[in-house]
Amino acid sequence: MTVYDIIFYLFAAVTLISAFFVVTNRNIVHSAFFLLFTFFGVAGIYVMLGADFIAVVQLIVYVGGILILILFGVMLTNKIVNVEIKTGTIHALPASIVLGLFAGAIGAAVLNTNWKVVESPDPVPTTAAIGSMLINEYALIFELLGILLLIALIGAASMARR
Amino acid sequence: MLTVGLTHFLVISVVLFSLGMYGVITRKNAIMVLMGIELILNSANINFIAFAKFGNFGLQGQIIALFVIVLAAAEAAIALAIVINIYKNITNINVDEIDSLRD
Repeated sequence: MTVYDIIFYLFAAVTLISAFFVVTNRNIVHSAFFLLFTFFGVAGIYVMLGADFIAVVQLIVYVGGILILILFGVMLTNKIVNVEIKTGTIHALPASIVLGLFAGAIGAAVLNTNWKVVESPDPVPTTAAIGSMLINEYALIFELLGILLLIALIGAASMARR
Repeated sequence: MLTVGLTHFLVISVVLFSLGMYGVITRKNAIMVLMGIELILNSANINFIAFAKFGNFGLQGQIIALFVIVLAAAEAAIALAIVINIYKNITNINVDEIDSLRD
């Protein structure tokens, strides 16, 4: 095992264990904080895959944006008397059986498929290349995403104010 | 087997997807359902970037992952606005009790 493998298993363990606590913890605020560790672990996995820019975007957008939004959502939709904000669970047993079967099936398919892996070159900084692709090949999608974000912003603000 | 390759990333993605799906199905609170959706989107992103690296597709997978992150941000904003509106109307965001459209 090389150092790369050890760091990979570390990030994988952080991601999966904290994701498990996100979906099983009864306290919503604790779930939100475990979600923080999940996002950090996924960002680490992106770094292991040589995607440095995506990892930083993941941290900024998810941890800095979506997680704060979720925490505000928790605070605005509960009568807060203390930090114990509980939530119930329904259909836990059938869901775990079905999803265990699902994960087993897909996992077996992944492990038994003979993936054609091309030896990829060593990781290089990707930010400049991504920037030039965004304003060349993907210019239309980039602009459309800008319009989409504007529409989402206006829609969310007008819906929440009403 | 212990050397990290494509399958390791795919297995992590599968487990993360299943956990997110479990959250979507079993949690009552609408915000917890939203957290499950974020886990699912993250697992999809891991798949995109893993295939981009091990299939030697250049940067296209990473750019698609970037678009997915943007869509996730827009989705979270809209979903929270809807949840806050529901809370204002019926002071409850448990997804199994919001059934006034059924009557």
